[in-house]
Amino acid sequence: MPIDIPVMQVNQAVVLTVAELTQLNIDAQDIDSYAADMTKVLAMVAQMQSVDTTGIEPMSNPQDAVQRLRADAVTETNQRDVFQQLAPETDAGFYLVPRVVE
Amino acid sequence: MTELHRKTVRQLLTDLDNKVFSSVELTRHYLDRIERLDPSLNSYITVLGASALAQAAAMDEARRKGNQPLLAGIPIAHKDIICTQGTKTTAGSRMLDNFIAPYSATLAERLDAAGVVTLGKTNMDEFAMGSSNENSYYGAVHNPWHTDHVPGGSSGGAAASMAAGLCAAATGTDTGGSIRQPAAFCGITGLKPTYGRVSRWGVIAYASSLDQAGPMARTAEDAALLLQAMAGFDARDATSIDQPVPDYMAQINRPVKGLKIGLCQEYFDPGLDPDIKAAVLDAAKTLESRGAIIKDISLPNSQHGIPAYYIIAPAECSANLSRYDGVRFGYRCADPQSIEDLYKRSRSEGLGREVKSRIMVGAFALSSGYYEAYYRKAQQIRRLISQDFANAFTQVDYILGPTTPSPAFKLGEKAGDQVAMYLQDIYTIAVNLAGLPAISVPAGFTKGLPIGMQLIGRHLDEGGLLNVAHQYQLVTDWHNRSPNFGNQQDS
Amino acid sequence: MQDWEVVIGLEIHTQLKTQSKIFSGASTAFGAAPNTQACAIDLGFPGVLPMVNEAVYAKAVAFGLGIGADINLVSVFDRKNYFYPDLPKGYQITQLASPIVVGGSVDIILRDGSSKTIRVTRAHLEEDAGKSMHEDYHGQTGVDLNRAGTPLLEIVSEPELSSAEEAVAYARYIHQLVTYLGVSDGDMSQGSLRCDANVSVRRPGAAALGTRTETKNVNSFRFLERAINFEIERQISVLESGGRIRQETRLYDPDKDETRPMRSKETATDYRYFPEPDLLPIHITAAYIDTIRQQMPELPGAKAQRFIDQYDLSAADALALASSVALADYFETVARVGNDAKLAANWVRVELLGLMNRESLSPSTATLTATPLTAEALGTLIARIKDGTISGKIAKGVFVALWTGAATDTDSYIADQGLTQVSDSSALGAILDTIIANNPQQAEQFRAGKTKLMGFFVGQVMQQTGGKANPQQVSELVNAKLMG
Repeated sequence: MPIDIPVMQVNQAVVLTVAELTQLNIDAQDIDSYAADMTKVLAMVAQMQSVDTTGIEPMSNPQDAVQRLRADAVTETNQRDVFQQLAPETDAGFYLVPRVVE
Repeated sequence: MTELHRKTVRQLLTDLDNKVFSSVELTRHYLDRIERLDPSLNSYITVLGASALAQAAAMDEARRKGNQPLLAGIPIAHKDIICTQGTKTTAGSRMLDNFIAPYSATLAERLDAAGVVTLGKTNMDEFAMGSSNENSYYGAVHNPWHTDHVPGGSSGGAAASMAAGLCAAATGTDTGGSIRQPAAFCGITGLKPTYGRVSRWGVIAYASSLDQAGPMARTAEDAALLLQAMAGFDARDATSIDQPVPDYMAQINRPVKGLKIGLCQEYFDPGLDPDIKAAVLDAAKTLESRGAIIKDISLPNSQHGIPAYYIIAPAECSANLSRYDGVRFGYRCADPQSIEDLYKRSRSEGLGREVKSRIMVGAFALSSGYYEAYYRKAQQIRRLISQDFANAFTQVDYILGPTTPSPAFKLGEKAGDQVAMYLQDIYTIAVNLAGLPAISVPAGFTKGLPIGMQLIGRHLDEGGLLNVAHQYQLVTDWHNRSPNFGNQQDS
Repeated sequence: MQDWEVVIGLEIHTQLKTQSKIFSGASTAFGAAPNTQACAIDLGFPGVLPMVNEAVYAKAVAFGLGIGADINLVSVFDRKNYFYPDLPKGYQITQLASPIVVGGSVDIILRDGSSKTIRVTRAHLEEDAGKSMHEDYHGQTGVDLNRAGTPLLEIVSEPELSSAEEAVAYARYIHQLVTYLGVSDGDMSQGSLRCDANVSVRRPGAAALGTRTETKNVNSFRFLERAINFEIERQISVLESGGRIRQETRLYDPDKDETRPMRSKETATDYRYFPEPDLLPIHITAAYIDTIRQQMPELPGAKAQRFIDQYDLSAADALALASSVALADYFETVARVGNDAKLAANWVRVELLGLMNRESLSPSTATLTATPLTAEALGTLIARIKDGTISGKIAKGVFVALWTGAATDTDSYIADQGLTQVSDSSALGAILDTIIANNPQQAEQFRAGKTKLMGFFVGQVMQQTGGKANPQQVSELVNAKLMG
């Protein structure tokens, strides 16, 4: 049976919650416009609810195949210097970030 | 005689073999054109003059020794989402403006091994999210047929540079139509292969279960040459298909006689531009005249493709883009005060509006309380869409239809309307959901802008698609037309 | 405590013993310089993709078989989304809906000798995170991603543990099992086994569970016991003073011996799990499971029972000797070479473990092979006691010499040091004659019936022979000379 949900009206609280989950800053003056965009997209996708998907297995990958596995062998060499050239800040081989309190 | 930059890859290979010109001369010709003409197109983010000439010289040398590989000395361009070692690879984003790829994508390695000359990296919608190439940190790209029109997206730079004669062939990626739609808008041939046919290793992810790289070229024959080099199993990609790559050049010469080609009724809806509709029906007649059997078919769930896609792709991208956090590579905001400040400002300043919007929609669709109604529902509809195709392919060998509902629109025309932009993908998107191969082929013009038709094939039948497209191109000349762009500047 | 019922569930993260990481070919070796074993995949670079290490499946299946669980023939990896500096991709690849191992149980034995069956809910594969170092980086946090991508098996128990003692017994059993099976090296000092304890209390008979807290990342059995006991007492005291328990994640601080709420980690509680689109479902076959089953070693319980049956050992000896594969194998070699299982059990359990305990060593393969006191050497020593070559007292000296490395071979050391028992009756008789002559008073008393002076004469002989005389033989000689 199709799940009956009304078209989602995205409000400021939803925008801020999702922004927090995805670690994005949304400027105060942009919140309404994000909310409007999200509402429009969710309104567009609402038609999915009219489709009867009872008993239909979700399809998360187009390949109906069995996963190949990799042999347990060390194939990588140390490339720290190459990778850390791209890093904003490092010291003594560590990536540095503002202090994290556990 | 055809101008150098109008020749097909096939013709260029013959001329190079016959020493009509060298690869260095050819490469200089392209680099010169890019320098003169690209400022008004903005199709390249990075141009690789010195390394391109070095590659060209090496291929000229290989040719002298008679050990040239398949595509020796052919100047191509990579979409800037494809990692190329030692070269800036941005995915069209400020986030990666300083990212020098420490490795190459498998497909780039394979094309290198086939002897291509890499002219540069082409502009694109940020992280491949867009249908107009207006969502690029590096600015919009102009359509060479009408520079106030968009080239399509997200592989807009690739399509525009191809159409303008700024490269001989190009690579693109296609998550919901990003090879085929710009190919249609710019009058070139673009193939999205079967999901898993071309390795995704080193291709910056947008939506992992939908992304697939493929060739963009002047002709189906050129696309076959490129795909030959790009395709194949890769142990580094868990979703790579472990099947031999057929000889596409041998496959494209088969007659189309007896092939069953379906016209999907749902694709000829009221939203379709009448000129495009007429062009596609005309193409069907052309194929019929060559012996193909045209049949009507139905894909009843096709209208649900866009809703399913605009849940699944944002959901996957919301996770795929979490790695852009300002810690190990990429953009970091100035003077972060805390780890949260670092994350939030780096991501907010480094990512563009459309990308942030999709990340948020995707996170919402996966969030507690909404997963079932949005994400799971979309994945169920994905299966229904896939089953529609499976049913259709019991009746026909290929499905023919338009690539886009309208020709290239004007820059800024849809910029304020996200959903209108999403509807650009209405005919292309279902193919990605099902993981099938499809090709867009030039099939006419409307008001001076190219029209593309789309052929969809069975799983792993790239050879068949290229075959039908090539046979069509043998009796039509839409693919040979070129825009006036740049002619005045040409000597 | 009478008025409260304690409910504990444990999530044990055990690091799988593999050469390379779960999704990349980077090494899992411990102790490398920071970020030298973090490849592009582990770092979550743009365009990289995971590839599953087949060894993690073999190990997870072995564990599942070891607890009598069901093995899912199709298991799926999911993404768990949250931001943290030691989580490079911003999501952890784990298994939510279709874990590899489902169900199963273990029997734990408590101090009072009773036993209890604890059911296991599930065990799933996932990748470890890196490490954040909060000191010494100019007020910043340093991130080392060497550990990122190390394969873990997370073993989740039902909330059926009723005390810290039960929780520790359960954790010890899991530790013993994964070490036995070669699933993990079990080295807790390197973080190979870490426990998260979900603790709640309720009034006996209450239908619903109390609000629980999760104390994370406890990496020793001692700390686990203390953390749980602290948490039980804290919760009871909060509830008894009319407060409410907040559902939260807490950290155990061993220095202060207390738990405290974590301040920052994973503020996002909505993990937005979804199937990992970079990986396809993993299928394993019944034949594959059978292959693993055939390679399964004898499990600890079965081994202890066999020791009782085969070697006639006491239950205590059998359990102690079966506690690790290395020790059990060592014991069995000593028993075979020495040809006396009971003597072997006694020497291994009392002498060897006593010595190792004094030196704070655990009976691992490494410590048991790092000494010249090999199982063969100790077996030979026992054989020499049995065939009368040396006395038990001399043997203890040889044992220590082998342990310290002063001796490298049992027989040559006995020979070189001249430790062989003097069993030549005429030589011993001559020594005894001298002793009798020098101690006429004692000889007279002995003859008069004061037989407890036997010890004096034997002791004198032992002293003069440097302990090499056979005491039995000496006492026979004393009897013959003074009573005969």
